[in-house]
Amino acid sequence: MAIVIIDQDRCKGCGLCVAFCPKDNLQIGDQLNTAGLKPAVVKSQENCTGCKICALMCPEACIEIYRETAEVVAGE
Amino acid sequence: MSETTHIQLDNLQVIYKKPDALTDTPMRYCPGCTHGIAHRLVAEVIDELGIKHRTITIASVGCSVYAYEYFDTDAIQAAHGRAPAVATGIKRVRPDNIVFTYQGDGDLAAIGLAEVLHAASRAENITVIFINNAVFGMTQGQMAPTTLLGQKTTTTPTGRSVERGGHPINICEMMTCIPGVAYLARETMAAPKYVNRAKRSIKRAFEAQIRGLGFSLVELVSSCPTWWGLRPLEALKHIEEKMLPQYPLKVFVDKVSGAGEGGEGNA
Amino acid sequence: MSKRVLLRGNEATAEGAIAAGCRFFFGYPITPQNKIPEYMAQHLPEVGGVYLQAESELAAINMVYGAAAAGARVMTSSSSPGISLMQEGLSYIVGAEVPCVVVNMVRGGPGLGNIGPAQSDYWLATRGAGHGDGRCLTYAPYSVQELYDWVGKAFEIAERYRAPVMILADAILAQMMEPCRLRPRAEPPPLDKPWTIGGDSSTRHRNIINSLYVDHDEMEEVNRRIQARYQQAMRDDLYYVESGADDPEILVVAYGISARVCETAVERANQAGVRCRLLRPISLFPFPSARLAEWAAQVRRILVVELSMGQFVEDVRLAVEGRCPVELLNRTGGNVVTPEDVTTKLLDMAAERPGRNE
Repeated sequence: MAIVIIDQDRCKGCGLCVAFCPKDNLQIGDQLNTAGLKPAVVKSQENCTGCKICALMCPEACIEIYRETAEVVAGE
Repeated sequence: MSETTHIQLDNLQVIYKKPDALTDTPMRYCPGCTHGIAHRLVAEVIDELGIKHRTITIASVGCSVYAYEYFDTDAIQAAHGRAPAVATGIKRVRPDNIVFTYQGDGDLAAIGLAEVLHAASRAENITVIFINNAVFGMTQGQMAPTTLLGQKTTTTPTGRSVERGGHPINICEMMTCIPGVAYLARETMAAPKYVNRAKRSIKRAFEAQIRGLGFSLVELVSSCPTWWGLRPLEALKHIEEKMLPQYPLKVFVDKVSGAGEGGEGNA
Repeated sequence: MSKRVLLRGNEATAEGAIAAGCRFFFGYPITPQNKIPEYMAQHLPEVGGVYLQAESELAAINMVYGAAAAGARVMTSSSSPGISLMQEGLSYIVGAEVPCVVVNMVRGGPGLGNIGPAQSDYWLATRGAGHGDGRCLTYAPYSVQELYDWVGKAFEIAERYRAPVMILADAILAQMMEPCRLRPRAEPPPLDKPWTIGGDSSTRHRNIINSLYVDHDEMEEVNRRIQARYQQAMRDDLYYVESGADDPEILVVAYGISARVCETAVERANQAGVRCRLLRPISLFPFPSARLAEWAAQVRRILVVELSMGQFVEDVRLAVEGRCPVELLNRTGGNVVTPEDVTTKLLDMAAERPGRNE
């Protein structure tokens, strides 16, 4: 299981990560960011295998991916 | 609305994050423009080769005119088309620095063609990253030397014709016969498999410079969603369907891995 | 130990640059300055320097821009058409605030023109440096020795103001031979400066050499900073030489090769009882306006002698501001005003007498 973090302000919602994610685990969110664009969001962290294809295709270098033991603190 | 997750990152293994050689300045490219991927690959190569502190970025004039704000290295802004000459001047004064130019197709193949060909013929130990997206982007969509026949641009409204616009220029094929070239390849970022290959070629090109083998150039067939009038993903399809037939992917010259002409990993 | 040798102007210029620690030259063949790149090609390697022949003057000036940004004492040279090709590069050099030296051995023009001597690039030199408000600080030697000396000073001036400096001469000065006293060749100054690119940037903030300022206020501020340096050069690096009568009725104003001709004519006119004085600017920009204004209030007439259709004369008129008549004696196209021409003109001007109260 891996953690994918997409910087919501740097992402321009181009959709390339969404298109190439082999698990179809990304989608364009419905929240506007500071640039007035809809950034991509992760559907669910559990499905992510950490294959990095999203980061490979990201033109903004705004995707970070982590793995191994993660204390996931569920927020509000 | 997906659940807001607070994650303790400190005890995690980083699998991927923004390369160190990229600054924190957000890039101004249009959404989905592959310039961004090219920047990221060059920065990753600079990190992996551990050369950031001795690299000099030469920004050209075009969409990538702000390259000096994105690469976290010493940098200089060159006049349109003149980056290889500026690079020559710098490299001759500072041979231990790693000098690379980042140029578009208008900059390199139109106004700057003499400069890049002569830098190559002088076997200047510099690396050229050449972005071929078949249009002048910054100036809003005019025909470039690499515009495809029949392609509509703001200066070929009815599609590029040989009579008025001439034929597209294949830079790599043209430069293959220049002895001073140590690494020459054409790659693309149209899909993940291509991106990995592109990164290997970029790394080879920088290695050619580090080992003083001569001139290196990597042509990256890129997208221009805005001036092609396509969504980002459609633009990548357009590369595969329309651009690659005119600009086939190939490692034309590879004196780095000793494989000589062709090297491995052809399309 | 300085030794005296017979040198052509071109060679003296090149040797003067090497003596001043210049170790990088990027150029292109064009008559009448060819001996400069040839000399550099032969002698720069002797001192560990780099000579490179570019594919055009346009590429050459951009190599100079890169080398200057990397901290080198760097130079190029050309003649009129080549200097036209260098204008865009000079504008970038001005905007990016890096120092370099450019030598222009002026030839007959416009267009392909010819390889005769001329001074018809005065505006291109003093108002040049391409688009924008930038200009070239311009210095005009008038002998082989001055070419040798002033190319060295030009590097210091360029670095003082972080600007391009132009040495302006012509086909005669370039190709004539005169004795020249040489100094030992100095070592080049260190490359690293606070603003230079290159070397190891891990121990400092990264440097950016740039002339792109999208913010209008920033661009204006850069222009103010550049103009302030020109004002400082007006104070600290303004040079001119005067000779002839102390209480002249006619002031002759000329630079470069024309001033050589005028020296003879002024001497003859004085001998013939016409009190004349020669004012020879060495710095063309900054221009000795104040000094000219002083003289304009005292002399009856001013005669400007130059090898062009009248460019330098306009700066003289600007300085004189109508205080007294300013006449022009000129040839162009490669033709040269002779001492006889000037002497005759001075005698005629004196004969007409009225001058001031016309």
